[in-house]
Amino acid sequence: MQTKAIAGGVIVLSLIVVGIIGPFVAPYDPNKQGLETMLRAPEWFGGTHFLGTDNLGRDILSRVVYGARVSLLIAFAVVFISGFIGVTLGAVSGYFGGKTDFAIQKLVEVVWAFPPLLLAITILAFLGQGLFNLILALVAQRWIQYCRVVRGQALSLRTRDFVTATRALGASDAVIIWRHIFPNLIQISLVIGTFAMASAIIAEASLSFLGLGVPPEIPTWGTMLADGRIYISTAWWLALFPGLCIFLTVLGINLLGDALRDLFDPRLKRAGTRV
Amino acid sequence: MTNYLIRRLVGTIPVLLFISLLVFLLIQAAPGDPTLMLLGEDTTAADIAEAKRRWGLDQPVYMQYLKFFTAAVTGDLGKSFRFAEPVSDVIAARLPATIELAIFSLFIATLFAIPLGIWAAAKPNSWVDNFGTTFGLFGISMPNFWLGIMLILLLAGTFHLLPSAGRSTYGIAGPQQTGFYLLDSILQRNWPALKDAFTHLVMPALALGTNMIGILMRVTRSAVLEVMNEEYVVTARAKGLAEQKVLWRHVLRNALIPVVTVVGLELGTLLSGSIIVETVFAWPGVGSLLITGLTARDYPLVTGLVLMYTIAFVTINLLIDALYGLIDPRIRY
Repeated sequence: MQTKAIAGGVIVLSLIVVGIIGPFVAPYDPNKQGLETMLRAPEWFGGTHFLGTDNLGRDILSRVVYGARVSLLIAFAVVFISGFIGVTLGAVSGYFGGKTDFAIQKLVEVVWAFPPLLLAITILAFLGQGLFNLILALVAQRWIQYCRVVRGQALSLRTRDFVTATRALGASDAVIIWRHIFPNLIQISLVIGTFAMASAIIAEASLSFLGLGVPPEIPTWGTMLADGRIYISTAWWLALFPGLCIFLTVLGINLLGDALRDLFDPRLKRAGTRV
Repeated sequence: MTNYLIRRLVGTIPVLLFISLLVFLLIQAAPGDPTLMLLGEDTTAADIAEAKRRWGLDQPVYMQYLKFFTAAVTGDLGKSFRFAEPVSDVIAARLPATIELAIFSLFIATLFAIPLGIWAAAKPNSWVDNFGTTFGLFGISMPNFWLGIMLILLLAGTFHLLPSAGRSTYGIAGPQQTGFYLLDSILQRNWPALKDAFTHLVMPALALGTNMIGILMRVTRSAVLEVMNEEYVVTARAKGLAEQKVLWRHVLRNALIPVVTVVGLELGTLLSGSIIVETVFAWPGVGSLLITGLTARDYPLVTGLVLMYTIAFVTINLLIDALYGLIDPRIRY
């Protein structure tokens, strides 16, 4: 468990650092084009373009570094917004039950009926490209996971003695949910959030790969992969490095998620299982 | 059980209704005029008006939706702007390619993942277990489109072992009977066509199935491990039953329930994953058709495809529910 947590933590932390200090460490402007530097193979430590250049002469390393920033920003935004919506709706649904629960669960059912990514593709295709639309499209289905799990937890929490006692003392529903139900949902939400982040990064890259993500002037790993795919027979480095970044990032987040789940789920710990 | 399934089936009707409305409204919110896009910028106003009248785009939105809905119920999804054919025909022509790809991916995934998961769980903390869990983690973290590109680079570009795109080499496949190339070539005893279809299928299926291998392996492993700790398994061992018998007769059947659930859920993921993988491998299925439809703003085609995907997804989930009862007699609805 410890190895997993350390490996995942190191990968994710490095990525956050790269994302923050990216503009200061990137050797070139990610959008700087140059006819004379087109499609240069990686020059490693022996040249000016460590990971080579793309078909427009743009430095791959600089674009990968900036791409980290964009991917992380989108993933964090998606996780927080969908977490907020999902946990709130889940807690309300489970705590109040009855008609409120029925209405929220019907909404869950409708959104859940879309295969993963299809809803995002549909939203982006019709509303157009852009950062806001991309985040909206990714949030559209991701809040469901939080909502379903949190609802189950809230259903059990509302009958617990401490909630009954707080209610007997005259606390309002809002106070009970905010002060007594939410704190008990943090751990489980953290685990869901970690896996949601991994899936958001892959989904964002997939949508950018299809040309539905952010506008082309913003470098993302997905758009880099889409560009690289065309030159795969002549310039392998165009597709290799951004894809490797996506893979390593998602691997790191999944490792961290596994470790968190092992830590927070004593049932799994007892059974000795590492899912 | 039948009652439960009928209830579930009836319950899906409002969900599908709402989805059709949602998709229809999204289309209305889309920027750009499809008529201009299809007819070109130089078209006269009279031509545009005529096209709008022909496609029913001059009517109020609610009338357009009502017309669409009443027609859709009878299986008429309208005419594709791009292909000038009924949407249902366009989808039906491309559907076998996607189904073949999804089934083959599922086959590869279960073939690798379930034995690996069982093996890893049967020997916890051994090298097999470590290999299995690492492989599973790599599988779930792998972006399928990147894996697809890398497979093309290695197996098609560098080693020339497999074709990089398409479903078959021109002229090899015989006449289409079922639309499933593997099945058609077996029925026609056309072995070169079978080999050709198979070689075209391997890379996209691997790219599409790798995530599922990872997920399925992890779920199988944890389900088997959990059942291994149950008292009835301890009892089976205590009465002297051979380990193999304990595993096959007592553990696997009980561990299968979460595995079947995940297979069902992942089938839906395979469906949407195929949208991207088909684009990478120029696979002529409904996934790449959706992207074509979106680029051309072919509203009837896109609406038809989204409805088809959701209906397929909902049906698969329903079938999985029905399967539970068959696998585990304790489950009664």
